[in-house]
Amino acid sequence: MGDDALVLSHRLGEWAGHAPVLEEEVALANIALDLLGQARVLLSLAGDEDELAYLREERSFRNLQLVEQPNGDFAHTIARQLYFSVYQNLMYGQLAATDSPLAPLAAKAVKEVAYHQDHAEQWTLRLGDGTAESHERMQRGVDALWRFTGEMFAPVAGLDLDREALREQWTATVTAVLQKATLTVPEGPQSGAWTAGAGREGLHTEPFGRMLAEMQHLHRSHPGASW
Amino acid sequence: MATAHQPLSTAPHKPAAAAVDSAVDTAVLESAFDAAVAADERIEPRDWMPDAYRATLVRQIAQHAHSEIIGMQPEANWITRAPSLRRKAILMAKVQDEAGHGLYLYSAAETLGASRDDLLDKLHSGRQKYSSIFNYPTLTWADVGAIGWLVDGAAITNQVPLCRCSYGPYARAMVRVCKEESFHQRQGYELLLALSRGTEAQHAMAQDAVDRWWWPSLMMFGPPDAESSHSEQSMTWKIKRHSNDELRQRFVDICVPQAESLGLTLPDPDLKWNEERGQHDFGPIDWSEFWSVLKGNGPCNDQRITQRRRAHEEGAWVREAAAAYAAKQSERKEATA
Repeated sequence: MGDDALVLSHRLGEWAGHAPVLEEEVALANIALDLLGQARVLLSLAGDEDELAYLREERSFRNLQLVEQPNGDFAHTIARQLYFSVYQNLMYGQLAATDSPLAPLAAKAVKEVAYHQDHAEQWTLRLGDGTAESHERMQRGVDALWRFTGEMFAPVAGLDLDREALREQWTATVTAVLQKATLTVPEGPQSGAWTAGAGREGLHTEPFGRMLAEMQHLHRSHPGASW
Repeated sequence: MATAHQPLSTAPHKPAAAAVDSAVDTAVLESAFDAAVAADERIEPRDWMPDAYRATLVRQIAQHAHSEIIGMQPEANWITRAPSLRRKAILMAKVQDEAGHGLYLYSAAETLGASRDDLLDKLHSGRQKYSSIFNYPTLTWADVGAIGWLVDGAAITNQVPLCRCSYGPYARAMVRVCKEESFHQRQGYELLLALSRGTEAQHAMAQDAVDRWWWPSLMMFGPPDAESSHSEQSMTWKIKRHSNDELRQRFVDICVPQAESLGLTLPDPDLKWNEERGQHDFGPIDWSEFWSVLKGNGPCNDQRITQRRRAHEEGAWVREAAAAYAAKQSERKEATA
């Protein structure tokens, strides 16, 4: 979970200075910061946050393949945000209601994530039901990322969640948003081939290694330094 | 300029009167405006103001806003490479604040009848400028600290007096901007301090960054007083409160002891305390470099404006979609009403 937040935060950070409107510079950075905050708390529970972020190699990261996908165009980024924020919202919602040690964190994060989901939904509607071009781009984003969504419902060791409920609620929410946005819900498999859905096992997609190279380069160039 | 946007709150509206009357009116309005400025009263959007005052403010506020959004680039350049998660969070928050400052400032410019789209057009086509400092590249991580300490420090020295600027919306925007900027400046200083006290390589990185950013930071105060074309009028209107050279001197005097406590040197062999003046003497600024960067020939002028234009062009379909969706929504609302 910490890796999911860390990696998606990094991807959103790549938007800084490139967003389509100034308000989105603020919004995307805001979401990236929330996610980075979640990542720092979660990684710190597992060890030293910087060691975990900067000194692990690709095969040791456990994030969903969905969050490592490159930004693409704005619609692609929004499709990724929609899929992930709905998942996070439901997952944190479930966690907050348990007596897991993560419950307090989940209770706090769920408020941030509700905002992320609202942001993604609003943009899905605007792009899906905007112009012909935006509709087409949004549909393309939604279709391209669909195959990475099955992984969200696979069991995770140590995390006691009702996976079936998660899948049902996620599917219902996403379907409703896509339909309202005049988009077609993708029909293909949500996972299956090993490239789609093995992030939790440390099997990632090609762009991820390059992302880590950039993220870790400076830290690794100065072993033992503090910043 | 939008002369049509000048409703009066201080004088009654009149239909177009005879030329003589309107000349008399203008003279009355002008002297009321001058008196308000002299009495340190704030001019507000609905008040009458001279066209030239309006135009100067639009230019200055717009260029200030442009500087905030172009200024995101050199720092955003390091977001994906920040060496710790704490530093990454600080840097992201800072770049986000800059976008926010851009928003306040465009809003302040809009109270004068300008439109954000039009101002952005002027930025993209090179008809309006932004601060020349952002045409320098961020080559190492330490540059992020040097920008915080020196560039934000210079910006604050310039901007604190603007909190008392005669135009109300600008002054109020500056109060908010300055609070956040001084936070950024402390963070930049603290970043450099960590490097300076770190490994030998980190210390060298910090020194190199300060060496490269020192002189460009001094240039941020603008040309020497003798060559500053807008200064006199801006001082009379109380848009500006101090001269370029005065503020530059103040900045140098603040930085010297800070550099000492950072354990870094400033790249100026002529820099020394002048007992008689109670200020530091410092070496000559290379004004030919300043003018050359201002004219578009700095290291990153093309790169910065190209990236800004590209973000705007590539985002056009998104803005069109948002507009089309909003139009559909209001049609639907009307249909059901």
